[in-house]
This record gives sequence, structure tokens and C-alpha cells, in this order.
Amino acid sequence: MPEPSAAPSRRSARRAHRAGSSEGVHYPRWFWPSFSLPAILWLLVLFVLPFYTVISIAFGTVDPIFRSPLPVYQPWYWSTEQFGETLGKVFGIFSPVYIHTFQYVFIASAICLVLGYAIAYYVARYGGKRKALLLALLISPFWISYLMRMLAWINLLENDGYVNKFLMFLNVVDRPVGWLEGRPSTVILGLVYGYIPYMILPLFGFLDRIDVSLLESGRDLGGSPFSTFFRVTLPLSKPGILAGTIIVTLPMFGDYFTNNLLSGSPRTTMIGNLIDEAYSTTGQGPEMASYVLILMALLIVPMLYYLRSTARTAAGR
Amino acid sequence: MTQETIVRADRSAPPTSVGVRRGLFRRDPWRKPRILAAITWGYLAWSLLPLVIAIAISFNSSRSNSLLHGFSLQWWWSDPTESLWHDPELHAALFQSLRLSLFTVAIAVPLGVAFALGIDRWHSRPAKGFNFLMLLSFVLPEIVLGISLFLVFQHLLTFVRLGTTAQILGLVTYQLAYPVIIVRARLLTIGREYEEAASDLGAPPRQSIRRVLLPLLYPAIFASAAIVFADSLDDFVTVRYLSGPATSEPLSVKIYNFTRAEPTPAVNAAATFLLVTTTIAVVLGYLAYRHATRGQRTGGVSEFANV
Repeated sequence: MPEPSAAPSRRSARRAHRAGSSEGVHYPRWFWPSFSLPAILWLLVLFVLPFYTVISIAFGTVDPIFRSPLPVYQPWYWSTEQFGETLGKVFGIFSPVYIHTFQYVFIASAICLVLGYAIAYYVARYGGKRKALLLALLISPFWISYLMRMLAWINLLENDGYVNKFLMFLNVVDRPVGWLEGRPSTVILGLVYGYIPYMILPLFGFLDRIDVSLLESGRDLGGSPFSTFFRVTLPLSKPGILAGTIIVTLPMFGDYFTNNLLSGSPRTTMIGNLIDEAYSTTGQGPEMASYVLILMALLIVPMLYYLRSTARTAAGR
Repeated sequence: MTQETIVRADRSAPPTSVGVRRGLFRRDPWRKPRILAAITWGYLAWSLLPLVIAIAISFNSSRSNSLLHGFSLQWWWSDPTESLWHDPELHAALFQSLRLSLFTVAIAVPLGVAFALGIDRWHSRPAKGFNFLMLLSFVLPEIVLGISLFLVFQHLLTFVRLGTTAQILGLVTYQLAYPVIIVRARLLTIGREYEEAASDLGAPPRQSIRRVLLPLLYPAIFASAAIVFADSLDDFVTVRYLSGPATSEPLSVKIYNFTRAEPTPAVNAAATFLLVTTTIAVVLGYLAYRHATRGQRTGGVSEFANV
């Protein structure tokens, strides 16, 4: 019988291989896990536990007098009263907030994608000697404070600011436009300006890896520039498009500051603003926790998708 | 032309014949992409010009933060009550910013490096799970983490008072993933050979880590220290939710509050200060990275950018 004898030997070979490669030559079993232990404990206490507290508050009760939240840590005592009340608001008076958050995020990420793709494509294909410089300029917003970048636009968009001066000089408008007085277009501009660098980088990563000979052969086989783009470049950059879109939309959904700084008007309130306002108002603990949970529920699928796809690219490398 | 002949022609043609076959194309495929170039350079101008103006406004000689009237240092230094240096609130916030960032680097980088090393060699299901948890903390919208930590310090871990301690704990949690990602990428590039060689030559585990692996990880450590420092200096979401008394608010939070109230060019000076400090940190990190990887094949800026 060849089979039973072959199987154990293969298994023992694998075991020997694993012992050789993963535990070095003579590292004890506990050696490497102990390196990770401090950070694991840190995450459990300061990441998992806080999130559990959020759930316990959302499904907890409220002090009848002070309206302060009374978290309930035992799942079997959870009540859906507070959470249900907030959910009712989400589908009731606050449903416009959710609807226009989706609108803003959709429009802003679409602009980010189209613009970012063109830029990433140019730098990857035609950057040439200037690629390093272009890349450095493109990533500079990463370490320039988001606040600084919003502040810059506030300065420009002020009633007597340079944007209005310029438009009046061109006779496009005859009176200063109140850009900062609750305009969706200004909020979308801020979102695009704030998050587009996060779109460009993953796109650049994937476009830069495309072998030029693939494009040449696409053209050699009679493809027009358009069909080569749509049948070679675009499919090859699809992972970059997905990664970029997710990485841009995730923070946009949690964004409250762009809106607060560039508009500040209830007309453009976004999901993040609901959380932030609940934080600034006393007695809204359960409401705030419920908003956080709802936000997580909205984002969990794209987040998991993103993490799985990045894990796969890392493994494929 | 049938499919068959195209394939055959292509197979027999050497790669240099691309130029000869160019006549087949309707347009020159290697022409300069003027539209794309215009978009890229236009984007860069749109992205950087507002910052230049904002920096210029920090040197404004009037109270206006939208129009430039002349050069002065009054918002940086000279004004005895309202300048960045002499406004007591901004002055204190400046040092609070530096304090928070330095402590965050000092805690997050060692924790993250050790975690990355352990996870990289500890092949098991829990290792994958914890790594996943770490990455989840990285992609989560920051407001979720900030509010969760605020609530846990309010209700469960009540011995942590809101303020500097809570802020550092929060920042470390948010920044922990940077060193992990950077170090794991570096571990992937350097492979296991050096370490195996060290232990084949008789080095005990501790020595092969300290004298072989650690020096090889220096570039990743420098890069992550720079990024964590810059990012915690700019952070205002987590830090704002975890700040206690007004004295614990760092510069970023002050900028946020002042901008919403009645900003003077001193706010621009504060923001410019953050910009200069983070730029210095990133440049130093990049130089240290370059120095530590000298003689090794790396992608230069693009690799530093991708980490």
C-alpha cells in the first residue's frame, strides 16, 4: 500500500520544514509570541475593550435624572431601547443627513478617482526623470496637517478672500460669493482636496507595476489607444481603483471637521457631525454610541474587503 | 488581416520593430500626453498654492487672514499678547504638541516593532487574528476610535483621567499600526538568510537579533518614528476627544478651535509651525532611512512613499 506510507512521510517532512523555517534554529516556542504580547495586550485593553464599551452604552440604560449613560456590560441584560430610539431618528429626522453624506462622499470620491487616475497614470507612465520629484510633491500632503490644508482654503474662500477677488476681477460674479456659508459644493471641494492624495498613491502603485510591453503588445495586436486602455490598463489597475476608493471613502464617512470648518451650517451636516455634536452635548452618551455603531455597521463590509485584498497582495508579493 | 497573421507577424518580429510598425497606428502612441501633463501640474498647483498663501498670511502685517498687506513677524513673535510665542494658550499648546508626539513615538515604535517581529515569525491562527485587529485599528475612521476611547475612560477605565495620559494612550493606539506595517514590509525584503547565517555561525537568539536583525531593521524604525511623530503632531480628532482641561489641548486642537471662532494670522503661524516641524521630521526620517539602507537596492523615494 503506497498511500498510507507516503502520507506520514510528507507530513513529517512538512513538520521538519516548518520547524526549520518558522522557529529558526533554536528559538523556544514562546520566544516570538512574547514579542507580540505587549502590543496585543495594548490592543485588547485600548481597542477591543473601548469598542465593547461603546456597545454596552448603546445597548445600556440611562440615569433617569442626570441622563448620563449607564453602560450594561452583560449582553444578557442589553436593552435595545436607546439604540432603537437613535435608529428611529436615523430613519426619521436625520435621514437627510445620511442621504447627503452618501451624496457628498459619492461625488467627492468620484472626482478623486477620475482626477487621481489621470495624475497617477501620468506620473507612472510619463514621470521619467521627474518621477521622484512628482511623487514627493504628491505625497507631501500626507505630512502636512489636514487642518493646515483646510485653513488654507478658509483663507482663500473668505468673503474678501482671493477666490472672490479673482472671480470679481474676471467679472464672473459681481458680488463676493459666501463660499463658507453652508454650501455643499464647498464641502465637496474640501473632501476632494483633503483625501485625494490617498487615492493617488494606491493607483500609482498599481499603474507603476504594469509592464509597458503589455501595452505595446496591445497596440501591436491592433488595439486602438482606447481599447488598449480599456482592455489592458484598466483591468490591471482594478485592484488599485478598489483600494483607493475604499481608503478614500472610509475617512470621509467619519469626517466632521471638513464640514465644520468649511460650512458649519446644519444644511450640510454629515454623519460624523452627528457623532461630534452628541459628544459636545451632555446627556447624549447612548445616542453617540449608537451613531458610532451605525457608522461601523455601514463601513464594516468595505473595511473587511480592503483588509482582505491588501493581505492577498502582500501574500502574492 | 486575420488573427492568425497578426500573431505570427508579432512572434517573428523583434521588439525593436515597434517603431517600424508605428504607421499602423492612427496616432503616434509616444506623443507627449499634454492633457495628462496639464491635469497633473494643474493639480499640483491647486494642491500646493493655497498652502503657500496660508504660510504667507502667517507673516501678514495686518489682522486679516484673507488678504496680504505686508511682511511682519508680529503673529509669530513680536505681538506681546496674540503671537504664537506670546499668546499663553498657543505657547503652552506648542509644548503640549511636542510632548504628546515625542511620548507617542517613544511608546508606539518599540511596541509596534516588537509586535511586527513576533507576528512575522509566530505562524498561527491567533497571530493572523491579532494582525488583522491591528490593521483594523488603522483603517477605522478616527472618530470611531476617539469616541470609543473617550467612553472607556469615562465609564470603565476611570482611573485614566482625560488629558495628557489619555491623549498619549489614544495616540499610541491609533499610530501603532504604522511601525507594524513598515517593519513587516522591511522583514519581507530582508528575508531570513542573514539571521540563519548568524545562528549557523553560533550566535544565540538574543545576539543574532541584537547584532544582525535589529541593524537591518533600522531603516524601518527610522521611517516609522518620523511618520508617527509627524502624524501625532497633526492629529486633532483623537486628541481633542481625549483632552481634559484647556491646557492639555495641543496646537492642532487650538487651530481647530480658533479657526471656528475668530482666527488671526497667529493661527496660520501655528499651522505653519506644525508644517515645518513635520517636514523636518519626515526629511530627517528619510535621510536616516537613506543612510541606513546605503549600499542596498531600494526604490528610494517611492519605497519610502509606499511604506
